[in-house]
Parts: sequence; structure tokens; C-alpha cells
Amino acid sequence: MELDPKVPSGPVQDKWSKHRFDLKLVNPANKRKYDVIVVGSGLAGASAAASLAELGYDVKCFAYQDSARRAHSIAAQGGINAAKNYQNDGDSVWRLFYDTVKGGDYRSREANVYRLAELSNNIMDQCVAQGIPFAREYGGLLANRSFGGAQVSRTFYARGQTGQQLLLGAYQALVKEVATGKVQMIHRTEMLDVVIVDGQARGIVVRDMTTGKITTHTAHAVVLATGGYSNAFFLSTNAKGCNTTAIWRAHRRGALFANPCFTQIHPTCIPPSGDYQSKLTLMSESLRNDGRIWVPQKQGETRKAGDIPESERDYYLERLYPSFGNLTPRDIASRRAKEVVDDDRGVGELKNGVFLDFRDSLQRLGRSVIEERYGNLFEMYERITGENPYEVPMRIYPAPHYTMGGLWVDYNLMSTVPGLFVIGEANFSDHGANRLGASALMQGLADGYFVIPYTIGDYLARIGPTKTDPEHPAFGDVRREVEERTKKLLSANGKRTVDSFHKELGNIVWEACGMARNHQGLEQAIERIPELREQFWKDVKVPGRGDDLNQSLEKAGRLADFMELAELMCRDALYREESCGGHFREEYVTPEGEAKRDDERFAHVAAWEFTAVGSSPTLHKEPLTFENVPLSQRSYK
Amino acid sequence: MRRVLSLYRSSVGKKILMAVTGVIFVLFVLAHMYGNLKAFYGSEKFNHYAEFLREMGAPIFGHGQLLWVFRIVLLAAVGIHVLMAIQLWLLSRSARPVSYVKGLQSEESTYASRTIRWGGVIIFVFVVYHLLHFTIGTAHPSFVPGAAYENLVIGFQSWPVVLAYAVALGALCLHLYHGVWSALQTLGANHVRYNKYRRPLAVIVAAAVFVGFMTVPAAVVAGIIA
Amino acid sequence: MDLGLNVWRQAGPAAQGGFVRYEAKDISEHASFLEMLDIVNERLTEAGEEPIVFEHDCREGICGCCGLVINGVPHGPQHGAATCQLHMRHYKHGDEIWIEPWRAKAFPVMKDLMVDRNSFDRIMQVGGYISVRTGSVPDANAVLVQKEDADLAMDAASCIGCGACVAACPNASAMLFVSAKVSHLGLLPQGQPERRDRVLNMVAQMDEEGFGNCTNHGECEAVCPKQISTDFIAQLNRDLFGASLAATGR
Ligand SMILES: Cc1cc2nc3c(=O)[nH]c(=O)nc-3n(C[C@H](O)[C@H](O)[C@H](O)COP(=O)(O)OP(=O)(O)OC[C@H]3O[C@@H](n4cnc5c(N)ncnc54)[C@H](O)[C@@H]3O)c2cc1C
Ligand code: HEM
Ligand code: HEM
Ligand code: SF4
Ligand code: F3S
Ligand code: FES
Repeated sequence: MELDPKVPSGPVQDKWSKHRFDLKLVNPANKRKYDVIVVGSGLAGASAAASLAELGYDVKCFAYQDSARRAHSIAAQGGINAAKNYQNDGDSVWRLFYDTVKGGDYRSREANVYRLAELSNNIMDQCVAQGIPFAREYGGLLANRSFGGAQVSRTFYARGQTGQQLLLGAYQALVKEVATGKVQMIHRTEMLDVVIVDGQARGIVVRDMTTGKITTHTAHAVVLATGGYSNAFFLSTNAKGCNTTAIWRAHRRGALFANPCFTQIHPTCIPPSGDYQSKLTLMSESLRNDGRIWVPQKQGETRKAGDIPESERDYYLERLYPSFGNLTPRDIASRRAKEVVDDDRGVGELKNGVFLDFRDSLQRLGRSVIEERYGNLFEMYERITGENPYEVPMRIYPAPHYTMGGLWVDYNLMSTVPGLFVIGEANFSDHGANRLGASALMQGLADGYFVIPYTIGDYLARIGPTKTDPEHPAFGDVRREVEERTKKLLSANGKRTVDSFHKELGNIVWEACGMARNHQGLEQAIERIPELREQFWKDVKVPGRGDDLNQSLEKAGRLADFMELAELMCRDALYREESCGGHFREEYVTPEGEAKRDDERFAHVAAWEFTAVGSSPTLHKEPLTFENVPLSQRSYK
Repeated sequence: MRRVLSLYRSSVGKKILMAVTGVIFVLFVLAHMYGNLKAFYGSEKFNHYAEFLREMGAPIFGHGQLLWVFRIVLLAAVGIHVLMAIQLWLLSRSARPVSYVKGLQSEESTYASRTIRWGGVIIFVFVVYHLLHFTIGTAHPSFVPGAAYENLVIGFQSWPVVLAYAVALGALCLHLYHGVWSALQTLGANHVRYNKYRRPLAVIVAAAVFVGFMTVPAAVVAGIIA
Repeated sequence: MDLGLNVWRQAGPAAQGGFVRYEAKDISEHASFLEMLDIVNERLTEAGEEPIVFEHDCREGICGCCGLVINGVPHGPQHGAATCQLHMRHYKHGDEIWIEPWRAKAFPVMKDLMVDRNSFDRIMQVGGYISVRTGSVPDANAVLVQKEDADLAMDAASCIGCGACVAACPNASAMLFVSAKVSHLGLLPQGQPERRDRVLNMVAQMDEEGFGNCTNHGECEAVCPKQISTDFIAQLNRDLFGASLAATGR
């Protein structure tokens, strides 16, 4: 298969406007003749569904939650980037573009990233007009903060609930269209497979999670906006329901999966407190602006934080990266934390964290300022740990958080399956090997509000409005396959619970394919996972019925797909014999122990084609060229 | 009228109508209380006052006319207040068909807020009785039209009557303790700077009404008014 | 610690429900309330019984999925927190805990502790938004917003749509939720053009859904995980009064 990214010609800053002109348009009168399915109602899905409906398409939007407003985007705390340069601190579209390519460690597509940076400004305009209560200065202007890895203040925020407010904005745009009847919002419904007719994505198969009814839906095009797959690790900052099912099923039907091993570990999460831990909670990275990260110098330290004198504290990030200090990018901050904890200098009961200390900024700025900035985060922390961060330093540790990998898409955000578009975190996004803070919200909304509405029109104009025949055998076949899988899960009737399997899988992936990876560990995992997968299908216990609300069944179905994805993640990590961004191979490091890229061999996207469960997938490469941001070793010294 | 109707159409509007009529009641009750206190000045003054009630508004209004205007306003208010109360009561009851088996813990609500509806019923019954007692007189052993003072003194000679009034005023007192505060909230009379005065105001009105009204029967019983 | 759980089990919307008692043995004080239920569910599953159905997703107090009435208090004893943010350190060995679903006509029980809250979405559909089309907007800084207004609007906007206010209200009234939504947009300059119709239509839909009437008990604010203030209810009342007198809307 020939991978064509369809990147327009011309200078990078003109590509998008040129492309928009070249795209075919659907005649306004004909738009209502086209049906579009949007799976997912997060930032990407909701904004896409709303915008497509405004254009006149008939949209069906699916989500597994009971309301579009609950999509996991809601949990984003820190903020969203835009190259507005309102602070007059030298920001520009070009700088945001540059930072994102560099931050992504040169594993993203320049053209996409530039478009993203360009659209960031439209997004802010859009969101403010929707009535999103962004933080303001006393003069009434929008306020900014600087955010992990950036040296300009370009991050806009709404308290510590930016994602919530942005999603509510998109949700409001969505319900507005539901009211007009252009969008049919279908809640509590999970997509279990995609239907391909004559090589084109023409519909999906879903399960109504309330009644267990399995139905098929037709459309002219299908848009997947189903978020990331961090829950492959079991413990992550993602919501419990986040899953890979939609994109994995699409992958099995021919959509290539790009850079699955590019996962982001977030440095500032609350460490687990026991084996019953069900998910990890993120403390917004903005905390790193005023908190200082340290561990005791002495191994196996037993004294309380307060009793450890300044001279015996190791502010390791400030020591190693004088210019960036506590604001070094996520991958580096995370890795360094792992190092010190592995070095038996971890803190807390389980010695599984590092300190994030506000003592100094509390003295410098006073409690009121800190409260204004981080009040609700501090409360959140105290609620979970029972410790008061105004008095004792926070304990943090990295946790799986975001997945840069995802389904491969071209410049139009279309996967290798014609008519199957992928947006938001679900695609192998514009973040290369590492995502900068406050860029995912930006990307989700750029894709949904400003990219897909144009590019999908081009595709629809080409295929024409003839409706898909719901009687086409393909639909029946796929539906039966889905029903089979469901029956199989229910009838296994073994001894072990779904979660016990998920935890075991998570452990394997975390150890082998987490913050630091190596050849041996990955090979072991690639052996271990298929064994576990087999055991799962034999020994899993799923109580209840299929034609009923059955949460165990939902979990089991999702885990079944994680079991297959996990193997691909490890294979990809094993293949990529270099260190870049979130992918750190212990064998490939600079003398200072930094990630060492291999641009000769690996300046490309690794896009995998599904062959069969258990057998190795076929690799396709999309070469990456850097004409505007010269390749250089990332250095945050 | 169209505007009142559009209020009547929504539950919040109904509630606003209750608050408005409620405020009318409050004003009436306070004025009425003030009038009652004239009883301490003796028969002549008090009956003169009762007479004044009927003469007020002259020469524009004839004998008792303006009083009737007030009475009609009051009657209308009671009608609206009670009707709304019943409608909203039913609405709220139907809003939770299956109630909590363990029951809800109350954290913020007060005894007054939880009993406001029954309190209203008590007040209603009382007012009916009260009218028969002092205005129409059928519920009064030796009622003499126009001789308000004597009626009053004789009326409160009997313990049960006084007790009935005490109970009714207790109910009214509670009704107002929540009602006055609630009315301000319902009418949207809230402001960060003044909100802290809303509760005290309710307490003062409620207490004043109870004390102010009770002094008269108390005085009769104590023989101060004879 | 060991606990006695009395959990409301109900097979389906139409089915007859009732309490079932479970033993939750050796639970860590650091576990969250939902993790405690996870443990119980794991044991139920191993025993071949159907686990307790309860709604949850983010488990960090922001998605608004979770919601249990614990010993008569929606979201449990801890103020300003959702059920998923409640930790077992608030309980002690031997405690007896009663768990019920939200109860309101407009929130029908689906199964066990899970209820249907789409009535909230339907209320939003009749005006809980600002009608802007993608792209047709001015520059973000073109409209100045006073910091006080923005902050107050944010207070209202932080509502997570969990429905605890309804669950706690003796009248099963949704006024806190609706007032938060109405106020969020009504406080901002962007929300002015549709302000009147918004309040009239959203209140009308609220009534249609069968929520009760607010008698200003204040229970809602007490259990609200975001501590939304009942001042917003007064704000809504004022807006509706004004809008009704202007007699617009549907
Ligand atoms: C705790 C946390 C904090 C974050 N903070 C920030 C931040 O400060 N700044 C930033 O830029 N980014 C942040 N991120 C990242 C960002 O929030 C996400 O990448 C982004 O919101 C993803 O949006 P999305 O629309 O692609 O997917 P989601 O918001 O995850 O939406 C997924 C949607 O798909 C639906 N869905 C999923 N699977 C199925 C299925 N099988 N069938 C049907 N429907 C399905 C779900 O119902 C949901 O509606 C954060 C992420 C987390 C976890
Ligand atoms: C005539 C018999 C009465 C009945 C049946 C009655 C009933 C009620 C009820 C049920 C309420 C609560 C309404 C609600 O919050 O939904 C209420 C509120 C109120 N009542 Fe009465 N009441 C009566 C008389 C009075 C009187 C005599 C007064 C004043 C002296 C009064 C003043 C108020 C006030 C101020 C409120 C508050 C309105 C609000 O909550 O906004 N009521 N009444
Ligand atoms: C101890 C307390 C009270 C006393 C001594 C008292 C006394 C009287 C008297 C003497 C009259 C007759 C006036 C006249 O006909 O000239 C009267 C009328 C009336 N009272 Fe009271 N009253 C008391 C409490 C109340 C209360 C609490 C209410 C209302 C909640 C009330 C409502 C009325 C009304 C509606 C009338 C009829 C007024 C009219 O239209 O003539 N009274 N009262
Ligand atoms: S107002 Fe509070 S309690 Fe009600 S839905 Fe919103 S967050 Fe939940
Ligand atoms: S508890 Fe209910 S009565 Fe009103 S103030 Fe809250 S809605
Ligand atoms: S699970 Fe999301 S708020 Fe509790």
C-alpha cells in the first residue's frame, strides 16, 4: 500500500489556504442529502458534529456516556494554546509551529502542525463567542499563563477546568443543532465495528448499552473521534470508559495504525496508594510554574519533608536543566522522576513519588495568590491524599496520560480507508513523539471546527449523494461477527474477573512499554501478551446477559481490544530503535543520558497494517521531511 | 393580563405570584397589628379606629367603600396565594413518586421551610374562624356589630379562644420566618452586599407579628384591657 | 476496615427494587468510595453474582457521571465533592452504610444505582447555548468582560450536571442546575441577545420534565460538588420575572 499524506505543495504557511481553495465543495442544496456518522462527542467529536450540522449535513453522533457533555475532554485542566501574542512576548503562529514540531521531537508532519498553529487563533475566537468564561485580567482582556515546555505565555485557561469549559462550549453548540434536528445524538451507545462497502466506510455497528440491542447505521462517511488508548496501561489519568475499540476495530478493517508506541507519561500525577487503585489523578502541569520538584539526596530517607534540610534536598530538574528547570517537557520530567525513584530516593509511604514543593512560592507570593491560581487543585489533592499541600509538599509521580499514536490520517484527516476520518486524540496526531501541554485541546477543536468541515466536503462531493443500501450484505455480516464476539465473552464463563486481567495486562505494558523501554523487556512482553490474551478468552468471567445493561460485558469487550493493541504497541516500540519524545529506549541515549534520535533510520511515521491476531503486522513508512524547522537534538539544558 | 398569565404558566412564575401576594399579606398584617395595639387606649379610641377604617377615603369614597377595596384586594391575594400554593404543592409531590427509603438528611432546610405548607393551612383555617369571630360575628357569643372593642374584650375572656389565637400566630410566625426570606429570594432581591440582612429581617418581622398580636389577648387575660 | 453495605438493587426501570446487604471486608482508608464498591463487585463477580451497577467515568469529580445517595446525603458526607472524590477515611470500622440512587420523576432508575438524566440535556437544548455559527465570530479580545463577571460566570459554569441538587431537594427541583446554566450565559455580554427567551424556555422545559418547585430550602447548595450558590436561583427568578413581564418566549 502506498501511503500518500496528500500534503499540498507550496510554502508551509500557504498550504492550508491553497488547499481550501482546491477542495471540492458540496452545493448547499445538496448537503442535506448526505449523512455523516460522528463517533465520539468530546472536543473533537462535538465540535465536528455541530459544525457539520451547521453546514447542512445530517449528522448522527454517538457516545458511550449518558450525555455528550461527559466525554473525557471534560477532565482537561491546564489550558489551551493559541498564538495570539496578546502578551506581546514575541509569540507568533510560526513560533507555536516551531515549538510544536521541536517539542514533538521531529516525528510529526510539518504541514499539519503549521495548520494547527494557524487555526489556534480561530479556536480562541470561537470559544470566547460561545460564552466560555476564560480567565480575565482586571482590564477585561483575556489572561494567559505559560505552560509546560513553552517560553511564551500563550495558554488560555478557565480556572483549573479549561477542558470542562471548552467541552461545554462544544456541547452547547451540539445541543443547539440537536434542537434543530440536524444532529441526532445517540447516547449510551458503543461503536463495536465499522462497516466497509466496496472499499469505503459506509456505516457502523453499535450496541445500545441499556438494552444490549446491536444495530447497524449507514452513512456517506464515518468520523471517529473516540479519544486515546492510555487505558491499555489500566492505570492512567483517563476516564474508566476510555477505550480503543472504535479505532482498533477500524484498524482490523484496514486502517493503518501509526506510531502506537508514542504514548505520553504525564509527570504530575498523584502516586497510587494501593492495589485497589482504579485510576490515577492528574495534577495540572501548571503547578510546575510555582512548585519546585525535589527528592532527598539520601537513599531510603525516612525523615519527613519538613525535617530534611535544604542542603540534603536534590532539586534534580533545576540541577540538570538550569534554563528550563521545573518546566522541562513532560517526557524528560517523567523520566528523571523514574530515575530517582528507582534509585530508592522516592517519597511517601510506598516510596513511589517525588515532592512538588510550594513552600518557596507560598513565601514569595503569599497564600492568596497561590490559592487564586491553584486553589481547586490543592483541594483536590487534599481530598485524595488527606494531606494539605499548603503545609506539606505534594507527592507526584508520572502516569500514562495521552497517546500521540493513533490511526494514520492524511492531510485531510482521512485514514487509509476511504470515507473513514479520524480526528482528535484518536488519530496519530500532530504531536509527533511528544505532545506539549495545552496542545491537545487545541488539536481536537482545530480538527472538529475548522478542518473536517472542509475536507469531508471534498470527499462527499467526489462520491456523490447516492444513499448506502442498509440491506447490503456487509452490514449483516459485520453485525453477526459482533454478536458472535459478545456471545463468546459471555459464554467463556471462567473464573477470573475482567479487571484482574486488565490489571495484569496493564502491568506488562507499563513495565515493558512505559516510561523506559528496552529490547529484552519488549520481546518478553510480545511473548507474554498473546498468552494472557488466550487465557482471557478461556478464563474470563462475565456475569449477566447480553440483552441487558451489563457493565462487565462492556469492560470485557474493551479489554479484548486492548489485549490486541498492547501487542502492537510493544512491536512498534521494539521496531523503533531510537529514543524520541515519549519513546525512550534505554539502548539509545546520549552521553548525558538524554533521548538519542536516529534521523537516518527513523525520521518516518511507522504505520502498521493489520494481518491477523497473533501474527506480525505489515509495516508502512511515511517519510518525514523538515524544510522549515531544521532537525536538531532537543536540548533543554 | 397577558404578562400575569405568562407568569402563571411557569412554576417559577407561580412562585413569584405567591411571593407578591405574600408581601401584600405581610403589609396588611403589620398594619392590622398596629391597629390592634390601639386597644390599649381604651374602648372609645379603638372603636373610633374601627369606625375610621370604614370612613377612610372620604369624601371620595363613601362609608366602608375604601375598606371594601382593601378587602377585595386581600380576598384576591388569598385566592391567588392559596391556589398557587396548592398547585405547586401538587407539582412537587408528583416530582418524587418513589421517595427515599432511608429518607433525606436535612442539612440546610429549616423546620419553618419544611412546614410552610401546613403552616399555611393552619393560617387559612384561622382566618376563616377569625372573620366569623370578629368581623361577621357568628362565632362570637355576644357579638355587637360596630362595638369592636367590647367584642374583642369579651372574645378573649375564654381561654380556648386565646389558645387558638396563640397557635395560629405561632404558625404565622414560622410561616413568615421562612416566608419573608423566601419571598426576597423568589423576587430576586439578592445582592452580595445585602444578602446577610435577609434572614435578620425575616426574624424581626416574624417576631414582631407574634409579639405585637399576642399582647392584646394577653392583656385582656391579664385584665389590663377590660 | 469492615463495613456493612445496604445497596439498592433494581433489575430494571420497571422492576421492583429493594435493599440487599453486603459485607465489605478489610477496606483501606485510602481507597475511594467507588474503589470500595469495585472491590465488592470483584467479589460478587467471582461468586458468580451480578455486580452492582453504578455510573462513573472520570473518577475525579468533573464528568458528573457518578452519584449515590449515601446515608441520605447525595454524594455523601464530604461537602464540595462528588461521590468519586469521597474516600473511605471518612468512615470507620463497623459502619453501616445505606446506598440509594437519585430519586426523582425526571431521573428514572435504569438499573440498581444508575439513573437516566437526559432531562438535563433536553433542558439545555431549548436555550442553554449562545447561537454562534462556527467561524462567524469576532476576535477573542474584541469584547471585554469584567473580571468580576467572568469569575461569577465561571462559578456558575463549573456545574458538572450531576443532578445531586435534584436528588437532595425535598421538592426534587432542578432549580440550582437550571439557574447555574441560565446565569453562566446571562452574566456574560455574549449571552445578552438571547437572555429572555433562554430563561423562559429553559424553565418551561424544566416544568415539562416534571421537576418540582423550589421553596428555597437550600439543600441543593449544601450537596453540590461545585458548591454552586442559591444566589443563582434568585438571579434566575429575577430574570424570569423580567422576561415574563416583557412577555416574550415560546
Ligand atoms: C486528566 C487529563 C488532563 C488533560 N489536560 C489537558 C490540558 O490541560 N490541555 C490539553 O490540551 N490537553 C489536555 N488533556 C488531553 C485532552 O484532554 C485530550 O487529548 C482531548 O480532550 C481528547 O479529546 P477527544 O475529543 O479526542 O476525545 P475524548 O474527549 O476522550 O472523547 C471521546 C469520545 O468518544 C466516545 N467514545 C469512545 N469510545 C467509543 C466507542 N467505542 N463507541 C462510542 N463512543 C465512543 C466517548 O463517549 C467520548 O464522547 C488532558 C487529558 C487528561 C486525561
Ligand atoms: C391564607 C392562607 C395561606 C396559605 C394556604 C399559605 C401558603 C403558603 C405556602 C404553601 C407557601 C410556600 C410557597 C412555596 O414556597 O412554594 C407560602 C409562602 C409564603 N406565604 Fe403564605 N400562606 C398563607 C397565608 C399567608 C399569610 C397570611 C402571609 C403573610 C402574612 C403569607 C406570606 C407568605 C410569604 C411571604 C411566602 C413566601 C413566598 C415565597 O416563598 O416566595 N402567607 N404560603
Ligand atoms: C390577636 C390577634 C388579632 C386580633 C385581636 C384581631 C382583631 C381583629 C378585629 C377586632 C377585627 C375586626 C375589625 C373590624 O371589623 O373593624 C379583625 C379583622 C380582621 N383580621 Fe384580625 N385580629 C388578630 C389577628 C389577625 C391575624 C393574624 C390575621 C391574618 C393572618 C387577621 C386578619 C384579619 C382580617 C382579614 C380581618 C378582616 C378585615 C376586614 O376586612 O374587616 N387578624 N381582626
Ligand atoms: S448544580 Fe451542582 S449539584 Fe446540581 S447538577 Fe450542577 S454540579 Fe450537580
Ligand atoms: S433544595 Fe430545593 S427548594 Fe430550592 S433551594 Fe434548592 S432547589
Ligand atoms: S466519576 Fe466523574 S464526577 Fe464522579
